[in-house]
Amino acid sequence: MSNSTPNTIIIKKRYAVIFLLIAGLVFGFLYAAGLFGGHGITAQQFVNLQENNKPQFSFRRAHAKGVCLAGEFVSSGLLAPYSTSEFFQEGAQPFVGRFSIAGGNPLAPDLAAPVRSLALSFASESGQRWRTAMNTPPVMAVRTPEDFYQQIQVLTPDPATGKPDGEKIKAFFAAHPETAAFNQWKQGYTATTSFATEQYHSINAFYLVDAKGQRQAVRWAAVPQASAQAMAGDISASERDALQLELAQRLENDAVRFDLMVSFADASDDENNATIAWPAERKTINAGTVVISAVHAQSGAACDGINFDPLVLPNGMAATADPILNARGSAYAESYRRRAREILLESQGVGAQQ
Amino acid sequence: MSNVKAFPTSAKLMHWLSAVLIISMLFLGVSMIQSLATWQNSAIKLHQSFGVLVLILVCVRLVNRLFIQTPALPSDLSAMQHFAAKATQVLLYVLMIALPISGWLMRNAAGLPVSFFGTFELPMLVSESIASYSLFREAHGIIAWSLFGVIVLHISAALHHGLIRQDSVLPSMLFKFRSPK
Repeated sequence: MSNSTPNTIIIKKRYAVIFLLIAGLVFGFLYAAGLFGGHGITAQQFVNLQENNKPQFSFRRAHAKGVCLAGEFVSSGLLAPYSTSEFFQEGAQPFVGRFSIAGGNPLAPDLAAPVRSLALSFASESGQRWRTAMNTPPVMAVRTPEDFYQQIQVLTPDPATGKPDGEKIKAFFAAHPETAAFNQWKQGYTATTSFATEQYHSINAFYLVDAKGQRQAVRWAAVPQASAQAMAGDISASERDALQLELAQRLENDAVRFDLMVSFADASDDENNATIAWPAERKTINAGTVVISAVHAQSGAACDGINFDPLVLPNGMAATADPILNARGSAYAESYRRRAREILLESQGVGAQQ
Repeated sequence: MSNVKAFPTSAKLMHWLSAVLIISMLFLGVSMIQSLATWQNSAIKLHQSFGVLVLILVCVRLVNRLFIQTPALPSDLSAMQHFAAKATQVLLYVLMIALPISGWLMRNAAGLPVSFFGTFELPMLVSESIASYSLFREAHGIIAWSLFGVIVLHISAALHHGLIRQDSVLPSMLFKFRSPK
């Protein structure tokens, strides 16, 4: 560049400045968007792991198999002093619900699933929303989404053997002593013959917020009013949809009811740690009765379009800083996004694979 | 032809406020949809509330434009550059409006209202439908990336005017801090 004048050098330097600024901005944005990794486990990786390379077109990535419910929550009003939420004032609130079993396979046999769930979605006319997704275990095995990711990894069947690696599972649980409460529950738990006779837990803790803005950490459980019994004679134990058939039969006679029992943390409980069960003597209030009156196949029914994100809370309730609870939001959203895209494509007659 | 040299203070203030808000929201948006961290839940709420602010701000800017004189582009620009400048401006406005509205619609289609800092909820524009959720959700993403692309063009052009051509375009949007002599 022997013939460069001082002026053209200045211009070149200025082009360089512009280039660096723009490159910095673009690079920063791509980094924020995760194109270079470096953000730890992402919601996308989590849902990929749940799909395990076999995404079930248009189904939820976790708890794929289930049925839609309709019913109402008859609030006792006993929680009203602790929460301003209209859902806890005395009276009845309709909900759309869902019973489901854990796993990504929408055709899995009901009775083989290790975990069952009850999810409820409330929408008031004043615009308040409350969604809760409750499971049969009262606690999480681990405390953080990173550990939970590892837990699912070791429990995923090895493609070579078709079974999870027992040694890896042992090593995982040995390295995670916080799994004790979960394992203790698992050993003492026997699945019943009905969705209606299980107890479903919020697992994570939430805050109730009263009129003065004071927060009280709580967990809740839907406790069945019906007691467990032997499976009705005409439903075979090998029936793939045993729980769905049993529920439909049961609802022909009467509604299915659960008491919503809300336990209050005391100063010694850590509301941000979902691996520890709270002692049974904690103050517990019966917030009301969950009354399930109808069941529908999920395809195309009201519950199918709902993302039961437990972070959807009304005024008068708030999320704790429990890392697992907060991770549920973006993981559920990613599963919902993928499934919604498939349902949209399907409705346009494109890409139906199954 | 207008003969003002710079944008009025109202337009400058709103321009730079939107710039800060929108660029922060774009960065927050692409990070929070992957994050499993505890801040994610608060981020979504802030993202909604600031989205409402951006929508209001863009509407006020559009109305404001009807009442202000905007400086003309330099006369030595080619017809092509002239067209590109105008087209980018129109595109910026279209995307700045479409982005918050698609966010509002995707929330509504998922059965959820948009809350403004927990004080009130925006009206529901569409009824619950998972297929329309997908439409609005994917649109929200595509519009966000397009807006980022157009903003990059906009900044590149502004810097080109300011540093290379050294014409009146960049100073017309900058605040003048004159030191007293």
